Amino acid sequence: MAKDGELIMKFGKLFSFRGGLNLAKYQHEPADTTIGITGIPERLIFPLQQHIGEPAEPVVNVGDKVLKGQLIAQATGPISAPVHASSSGTITAISDYPVPHASGLKASCIELHTDGCDQWIADRKIIGNTYKQLSPIELGEHIHQAGIVGMGGAGFPTNIKLNAGQQNAVDTLIINGAECEPWVSCDDMLMRERPAEIIIGAQIMMHALHARRCIIAIEDNKPAACSSLKNTINSLKPQADSNNNPGTLEIIEVPTIYPTGGEKQLIKILTNKEIANKELPQNSGIICHNVATATAVYRAIFCAEPLISRLITITGDIPHSQNREVLIGTPAGDLIEMGGGQRSALKQIIMGGPMMGIALQSDETPVIKTTFCLIGQTRKSTLVDITNKNILPCIRCGACADVCPAQLLPQQLYWYARARDFKKIKDYSLSDCIECGFCDYVCPSNIPLVQYYRYAKAEIFSLEKEKQKSDIARTRHEFHLSRLQREKEERAARHKQKINKLAARRPAIDSPAIDSPAMDSPEQKKSPPHTAINTAQNNKNIETP
Amino acid sequence: MLTTILVLCLLGTAFGLLLGYAAQRFKVEGDPVVNEIDALLPQTQCGQCSYPGCRPYAEAMANEEADINQCPPGGEATINALADLLGREAKPLNPELAANQPDTDIKTVAVIDEQTCIGCTLCIQACPVDAILGASKQMHTVIAQECTGCDLCLPPCPVDCIDMVAIKTDLKTWKTTYPDQTSRQEWQRMAS
Repeated sequence: MAKDGELIMKFGKLFSFRGGLNLAKYQHEPADTTIGITGIPERLIFPLQQHIGEPAEPVVNVGDKVLKGQLIAQATGPISAPVHASSSGTITAISDYPVPHASGLKASCIELHTDGCDQWIADRKIIGNTYKQLSPIELGEHIHQAGIVGMGGAGFPTNIKLNAGQQNAVDTLIINGAECEPWVSCDDMLMRERPAEIIIGAQIMMHALHARRCIIAIEDNKPAACSSLKNTINSLKPQADSNNNPGTLEIIEVPTIYPTGGEKQLIKILTNKEIANKELPQNSGIICHNVATATAVYRAIFCAEPLISRLITITGDIPHSQNREVLIGTPAGDLIEMGGGQRSALKQIIMGGPMMGIALQSDETPVIKTTFCLIGQTRKSTLVDITNKNILPCIRCGACADVCPAQLLPQQLYWYARARDFKKIKDYSLSDCIECGFCDYVCPSNIPLVQYYRYAKAEIFSLEKEKQKSDIARTRHEFHLSRLQREKEERAARHKQKINKLAARRPAIDSPAIDSPAMDSPEQKKSPPHTAINTAQNNKNIETP
Repeated sequence: MLTTILVLCLLGTAFGLLLGYAAQRFKVEGDPVVNEIDALLPQTQCGQCSYPGCRPYAEAMANEEADINQCPPGGEATINALADLLGREAKPLNPELAANQPDTDIKTVAVIDEQTCIGCTLCIQACPVDAILGASKQMHTVIAQECTGCDLCLPPCPVDCIDMVAIKTDLKTWKTTYPDQTSRQEWQRMAS
């Protein structure tokens, strides 16, 4: 890459991470090189959980008329994100629908029948360039209200990462344009077609984080995206100077190696910093955001548009693969049909890239905020084409360990997952596995390794939850026993008090001959009820005459 | 000769005192093995092991009075963990107890039919973890989050209004299944 004046300040050299491979041979260019606009589908389905954290809570009822951009479900709890209607129409149901999840289960969603008018809500407040006067917290609140979550696939609420600057000094903002999964090209398209939105979005993020510099990382197989961003920085530069923007914006090309787009891998390449297990990048002064998230932030601040649409790649065994701007909530099957594919001909639809994507159980499953790719397939196969092959025994070739970008020992993890030895597998840092699928891809024995890791992760997680639950049950049971004991003692004490009272009254009424020491006699102590009856009888005897 | 005996005696006394002091200073209250066993048990407090709760069963195991295969809610995983801890041979769950609990993987929670409940408080008294809320002649309800699914509230209910309901799998409780050969054959059949 040629140096382009002072705009592209290279680090001197890039670093590398261990493992990974170049999958460029699988990259196919979409047939159409512009962003396709999709129409408004007849119905939209909005899952309440499109992000990491607590699901949103509906604020509309069945039968309500909603407008485009209207809040239909609000965030609950500290880690959550609201959901907005992506077109105008009528709410027809709030119930369970298929959602993009590996389980294929249904989860609660809001169904909207569109009216075709696509009418926006009236009171949209555009912040525009005045965002510089807002505090990071206020800015974060605006971004939260717009329902923005990480659009690279993880779906972590963006405002939380943007307010991380409050606790940690964040020095570097990385805008992740290293779209590493083969077949996927929507981020590439976004960088080519809408560079200004990305750069202004990045500037807003820098302002919120008080970051000193921003790196836009692009893979070196996307020269068009790179030059388009460079030109935009050039044209925006005078304006940035006049606003006295202290931060620097750099574009850095990174090698095309899967999985460069992984957060930890990208940070390692750019800064040579390794993020430790269970550490967050912000503790090292780095925050990573996807290019699409930067665009969404720009649109929220400059167009008062919540996150209601996104760019996705529609590809696979369909005649017309394309990158399209798609309304959130559009059923996947509709989009495949728009690409010329026939629903009936498809064996399965994969949501996500060919390496890490999940097979959808139903073509009614909607596109959500984190969907970046749909692959329609006429036969079940992916790059990691293991479903059609027989599993052979592990021959300890070590190919998986060579490619593992997390520097784990996949075969050891495999043995322990197979043997359900979760204690041991934790010692081998299973939690660091990013499930990139490379070990599956290179395994000569066709072992579904990632399947085993996912199984072990889920088991470990549920065992931990059960342990917590049983600890609570234990303390509750101990409290229960101590409460019973206390109640018993209290009852005994009350009983004794009553007897004493009666005994004290008796000598006063009856005769002074019986004195109190008699109460302490062992016989009476042993059988207090008997004494009580006696006393009662005595009292009766007194009353009768 | 005399010096040797004297030195040995002195050494013996010194170490004896040291040991005696250490025994007092680092005295462990209770039996730590019981705590370790108790930590492995599922804490349902269901009493299916014939002991009145998990801790009494743990004590019995520590005293080698009880076998390690008496806990149906814990199932195979608990038996294996106990076998590891106590250095005993793992064995299948006691068949008599296994008959009561067909599938240990299905977690249940008690649900009170609030229309039928007469407010007798008997189930409240039976609940080992105080997970039932209510008062005399008032409707009762189960705090589902705290319920261990022990079934102990079922027998005392005079109107039979308590049901054990299996907890539904949702996105949060769903687990990836073990990738065995049969499920793969299933995929292959679907793929072809």
